[in-house]
Formats: sequence, structure tokens, C-alpha cells
Amino acid sequence: MTQAIEVPRTYFIVFVGLIGLTAATLALSHFDLGALHTSAGLGIAAGKALLVILFFMHALRSSRMTWVVILSGLFWLALLIGLTLTDLFSRDWPT
Amino acid sequence: MSPPEADLRGGPPPGEAESAQVRGLAPHFADLQQQHEAATLGMWVFLATELMFFGGLFTAYVFYRQQYPDEFAAASRKLNLTFGGINTIVLLTSSFTMALAVHAAQLGRRGRLTVLLGLTAILGAAFLVIKAFEYHGDYLDDLVPGLAFEESAWEKPAGVKLFLLLYYLMTGVHGLHLIAGIALLTVLAAFAGQGRFTPEHHAPVEVGGLYWHFVDVIWLFLLPLLYMVGVR
Repeated sequence: MTQAIEVPRTYFIVFVGLIGLTAATLALSHFDLGALHTSAGLGIAAGKALLVILFFMHALRSSRMTWVVILSGLFWLALLIGLTLTDLFSRDWPT
Repeated sequence: MSPPEADLRGGPPPGEAESAQVRGLAPHFADLQQQHEAATLGMWVFLATELMFFGGLFTAYVFYRQQYPDEFAAASRKLNLTFGGINTIVLLTSSFTMALAVHAAQLGRRGRLTVLLGLTAILGAAFLVIKAFEYHGDYLDDLVPGLAFEESAWEKPAGVKLFLLLYYLMTGVHGLHLIAGIALLTVLAAFAGQGRFTPEHHAPVEVGGLYWHFVDVIWLFLLPLLYMVGVR
């Protein structure tokens, strides 16, 4: 049966990495990085998400069909947020 | 239209009589592997729709954070990052145990599979308990617009209220998804205990795992967006 088989050791290494990145996020929240603050937080979150998706969800060893679905979902999300931002930034909003 | 046998792997579908001999195989699939792949692909498609579901809330967040950056930062600082951090570790651990559970299913380790599924569900429940304590703390801190909120304590209460609304909506909807996941895993654990899964047929476990990991990934983004808007 051809399935995505990772050894438990891989899962453990990924888990340790995830905990490490979480510690990094929490530590980072106390430092003023200015404009980079949000990007750093989101960047670390994306890194953690990537680890979970590739290894825990077996995406790394999945079929191309699965990849099409994953990338399509992310593409639509990018459109949703991106096009909303074009609206947001091109108008004069009163606050 | 080409004859059905021409583009099927392994030959025509087994049909009712033959599929009954292969435990857990539905008659419209050629073999268990194809059924497994169809199941996981189906779950991935569902997760893509769930991404859009949460995406709507994330988009609203992006919009209003752009409108009220200072209020978002100020309100975010009042949230309990300790609980948020602990919950993140709880969920990451649950994803770890879930991955190990799927591995156990792949190897046919029934006892280990049952324990790991149960452990994952318990960790999910722990997240909810911690969240409940956190919500209670938010209530005591006057951070619940409409219930416990001091307008005069903020310069621009509108922005603060929007942030808090999004906070409760996003974590609340996430929590509902978690409850569904816990229920699903409890059922899977019961099935595993009954010996219903084999190395050849354990797609429900893998599919349940995909859903669980997705809920974890959503939380991974909620943490910096809700708890770390401004410097603490």
C-alpha cells in the first residue's frame, strides 16, 4: 500500500522545531521591531504552518492533485485579501 | 466515450459481490488505495473551503486593523498572551500526537492508535478549558463589548470594540471547529478500540488528522494576529 510514511523521529524533529519557533514568536513580541513587527510574527507563523502542512499533513509526499488543491486554496485566499486591499488603499476612508 | 475498463487502474470496479470480500472497500472504487486517495483528496478540498471560510474573517481583520492600527495594538496588549502561548503549545502537541496516531494506524498498531487518538482529543479539550479561563479573564478585565466594557477607558472605543469583536469571532469559530474535531476524534478512537482500522483501511484516521492539523494551522495564525499586534 503506497502511503505517505514518515518515521516518528521526523515527527519529533518537526515538533521540536515548532516549539522552538513558538518560543521565538513569544520572545519577539517583547521587542520593538517597528515596521517588521507584524511581518516577523506572520513569517514565523507561516514557517510553523509550513512544517505542519508538509510533514504532519503529509503534503510533502502527496499527489499532484493534492498540491493543486492546496495551492488553489492559497491562491483564492491571496485574491480575497489582495483585492480587498486594493479597494482599501485606493479610497479615502474617514476614521 | 472510451469503455470504462480502458482508463481504470487495476481493471474494472469490483462490484458489490467482490467488494464485499475486501473489508471496508466501497463498490465504486477499484481498490483500497484509490479509495484512500479519494478520501484524503476530498478532505483537502473541504479544507480549501474552510480556508476561505476563515479567510473572510481574516480579511475583515486586515481591513479594520488598517483603519484602527493604534486601537488594535492597545486592545491586543490587554489579551492574555500567557494563555495564548500555552494554548499554542497544547495544540502543537496535539498535532504531534495526531501524526503519531496516523503512523500507528499505518502500521496496524491498534492499542497505540486508540491511545494516541484519545490523547489528541484530550489535548484539544484542554485547549478549550484554558480558553474558557481566558474568556473569563477577559470578562473581568472589561474586554467584552456589550457585556463588560468601559467606553471612557479608551480614546477611540470604536476601534477597540472592532478588535474585540474580531477576537471573539475568530477564536469562537475556531473553538467550534475544535469541538467538532474533538467529537470526530472521540468517535475515531472508539472505532479504533473496536479494531475497525487496518494498515489497508484507515483512511478515516488520516482524514481526521488532516482536519485536526488544519484547525491547528488556523490557530498558528490567530496567535500573532490577535495577541501580538503591538509590542508588549
